[in-house]
Amino acid sequence: MGQALTPQLTVSACQLLRRRRELPIGGEILVAPGAVVTPDQIVARAFLDGELHLVRVAEQLGVTAPEALAAMRIAGGSSVKSGDLLAELRSVWGLFRSTVQSPLTGTVDFVTASTGHVGIRAPKRELQLRAYLGGVVAEVESDRAVVIEAHATIVQGIFGVGGERIGVVRGLPVAPHEQVSEAHIPEQGLQGAILYGGCSPTLAALQKAACAGAVGFMTASLDDDTLRGYVGYDIGVAVTGDEVVPMSVVVTEGFGRLALSDRVLEVVRPLEGKQAAINGATQVRAGAQRPELLAVATGTLVQPSETSMSLQPGCTVRLIRVPYFGEYAQVEELPPVPQQIATGAYARVVQVRLRSGERVLVPRANVELA
Amino acid sequence: MKIDPAQLRTVLVTDCGSTTTKALLFERTPDGWRQTHRGEAPTTVEEPVADVTVGALHAFTEVQELSGRRILRDTEPPFVPGAAESAEGIDLYLSTSSAGGGLQMLVAGVVGTITAESAERAALGAGAIVIESVSADDGREDHERIERIRHVKPDIVLLTGGVEGGSTQHVVEVAEILVAAAPRPRFGSTLKLPVIYAGNSAAAAEVERILGSFAQLSIVPNVRPTMDREDLGPAREAIHELFLSHVMSHSPGYGKLLSWSPVEIMPTPAAVGDIVQQYAQQTGSSVLCVDIGGATTDVFSVFPDRQGEPRFNRTVSANLGMSYSIANVLREAGTAAIKRWLPFEIDDNTLRERLLNKMIRPTSIPQTVEDLFVEQAVCREALRLALAHHRALSVGVEQARERGIADIFRQSAQRYELVDLMRLDMVIGSGGVLSHAPSRMQAALMMLDGFALEGITQLSVDSIFMMPHLGVLASVHPQAAREIFERDCLVHLGCAVVPVFSPRQRLTGPLAQVWVDGEMVGEVQRGEVTSVCTGRTGSATVRVVPLHRTVDVGAGRGAPHERTVVLGACGILCDGRSRPLELGATSVQQQERVYRNLGLLPVR
Repeated sequence: MGQALTPQLTVSACQLLRRRRELPIGGEILVAPGAVVTPDQIVARAFLDGELHLVRVAEQLGVTAPEALAAMRIAGGSSVKSGDLLAELRSVWGLFRSTVQSPLTGTVDFVTASTGHVGIRAPKRELQLRAYLGGVVAEVESDRAVVIEAHATIVQGIFGVGGERIGVVRGLPVAPHEQVSEAHIPEQGLQGAILYGGCSPTLAALQKAACAGAVGFMTASLDDDTLRGYVGYDIGVAVTGDEVVPMSVVVTEGFGRLALSDRVLEVVRPLEGKQAAINGATQVRAGAQRPELLAVATGTLVQPSETSMSLQPGCTVRLIRVPYFGEYAQVEELPPVPQQIATGAYARVVQVRLRSGERVLVPRANVELA
Repeated sequence: MKIDPAQLRTVLVTDCGSTTTKALLFERTPDGWRQTHRGEAPTTVEEPVADVTVGALHAFTEVQELSGRRILRDTEPPFVPGAAESAEGIDLYLSTSSAGGGLQMLVAGVVGTITAESAERAALGAGAIVIESVSADDGREDHERIERIRHVKPDIVLLTGGVEGGSTQHVVEVAEILVAAAPRPRFGSTLKLPVIYAGNSAAAAEVERILGSFAQLSIVPNVRPTMDREDLGPAREAIHELFLSHVMSHSPGYGKLLSWSPVEIMPTPAAVGDIVQQYAQQTGSSVLCVDIGGATTDVFSVFPDRQGEPRFNRTVSANLGMSYSIANVLREAGTAAIKRWLPFEIDDNTLRERLLNKMIRPTSIPQTVEDLFVEQAVCREALRLALAHHRALSVGVEQARERGIADIFRQSAQRYELVDLMRLDMVIGSGGVLSHAPSRMQAALMMLDGFALEGITQLSVDSIFMMPHLGVLASVHPQAAREIFERDCLVHLGCAVVPVFSPRQRLTGPLAQVWVDGEMVGEVQRGEVTSVCTGRTGSATVRVVPLHRTVDVGAGRGAPHERTVVLGACGILCDGRSRPLELGATSVQQQERVYRNLGLLPVR
């Protein structure tokens, strides 16, 4: 049978990471190869075209398009300030005057004869691109992108909301299996913090943390109600990152009541008090992206090997489907022939031993390397 | 490059989906063309591999291993050439693709039910997913349309509006909205967004002037030259060309994949649509085909219009699917609608969490019967919602027959629904949840429930999801595609017999009798779903005789109706539930009974 990679979320204390930071259009790169950058450092910038505002002159004057065109007092390419006259109409022997003013300062992009509309473009706006990953600039690609390299700690989650943010890691006083409540959120010192700990935070806990200035929150699991309350709507497709939320949230295990894994805690605890980046953006298909927490690492470099990415006896897996959802187990055997499972379907299976000692047969599609 | 079908003996075809790449080997045997072997591997367009040909080669390797036929070599292209009487090599490689989320389009028109709708049909017919539709009369303010357009990242924009000789003002307005929103292309952010203008030709110059600065503009003939006529072909061609040159060229590894085949890669839905159309045309049937995938649900149909001409329609319910967008089905249908199909109780939170976990781990599969039934319940809702979407867009257009004074001044066209389940001959189910259901009866019941079928309908599934492969094969060898479609692709499950009556009617006793080849085999009981097993397979004439004059089985109230069907593993599914399907407070007990009647409940 052809080879298939078993899904795995990366959780590593020290791994060589390369991140390409790209401007949406050509701009200016502000760093040179070899430069050491911090996560919140601006490494590139570009000037984006201002927004175009459509002014419906004909409608505002209550005339046809040709009449509006005749009333225009500006032409394409001219600069206007907010309040400047765009069009003027005199009627009843000049006794009545109707005018249309520019709603903004900008440049006249077009005047359309067939509609009697004017398009006014606001001045260019600056887009600043931060490094996000603190490290060394490995490459600069013309006026578009910077590649940053670092030995970094990385914790990938399974789902998140909110975009890139930079903050300082701070653990919550909560056990890995404990639900994070409002009482677990400290009253002080959360400005710019990336919090982590526990599971299934209540909506009140998330809101309290966000109001106190926390910029990120990493936890094991999330309840559907809490997610809906925090984002403000139901998420129907796992494509996130653009939500207008005050604090990015990263979930490491899934939905429901699941404990934060020992492995994640082992990797994140040493980051206490250190600057880190968090990104809740998730895209499960067509260019898969998982949410993450990143920080510069100081430990021993661990490069993932091919064997560590494939299912084999002895490795630890996370079971990702009922009735064993969220449990950890050790692989014992990989039967080569598809077998019939309880649903009646045939699937390639793996025999694992749960932490309780029970041996079970599960579809290979229902395990993740842990 | 012209391909001589007569010279072909062995054809290898892939479909590169978002999740998996499936390779099928088609061979000319003494028995005719057959699908002989199949290989599958994860699609590798994403990091860390980011080269679609890697996954394709894995799939080919599996075909090679299973068939014992040497197909691959180390040089480019990687195929051993076939030769007469040789047990090695292939004669032709073909492919379809929906990887990277498929072709995503924004359509814009002037009137939602006229030009914007025609644009949507053009896009869907070309195999695209319409991620947003904008029209001058959609009721939104300028800033709302602009905001919405900014959120989407289309591959291509199709702009239409205004019949020939008509006003140019409104379509120019829509162009102004587009330039104000300045949508960014999904791929190749340094390049201009491809925009196809297929509206009133008198506005083309002004549209070009407005859009020229930010778009790569193509101008094609109007999709709606008159109120009562559509001309979708040129726009579809332009979409296909841009699909290849713009979308495919930016997908990692597709350049190499393209070089392996003398035939252009087809979008998967376009290929499925082609084979459905051809089959309907060859058999003279009305067909409803659904492909329910992980992220989208495609519905294809061929129904006659009022002039009796078969009309093909395709819709994509983007964001209705069984994994990536399963939570969207939950959001649109609601927990109550999903739970009503289950033969057991489940609380809302548990249901929601299971589906959200499936969304974020889309390649996992149900491991328990209960979990399987939950997914199959979601499938029913996805089918129901997708059909509703399909019905709304699958309309015929004709000039108003009775032209009064108002019609003359209004120049209106009449729209009417094409989908008529009573006239439906065959439904074909495709996609993992249907094709790979552990029991064929489960697949039959999902389609019966999801579509709320009526009358007498043949039920079939695509055995291993080979319709895309056959669609692209049909472009070079229609005869081979048809042979394989009928012999290896379609699995006939049986037929559904559904007498239609109003739930308010007090009908006692059975609703109808069912006869097969002149022998009475069973009755349809009110409120019950049962299966009549005749012990036969193959072609048979099913005749249904209503036992009440208000019951319609397809030939009008009280009138008997018959159809020739192909019987299969599921026999004749007799559905005595009224239409529309109403499952009330006792639905768990009702569903338990249905499942037990059909042998679907597990032995505890």
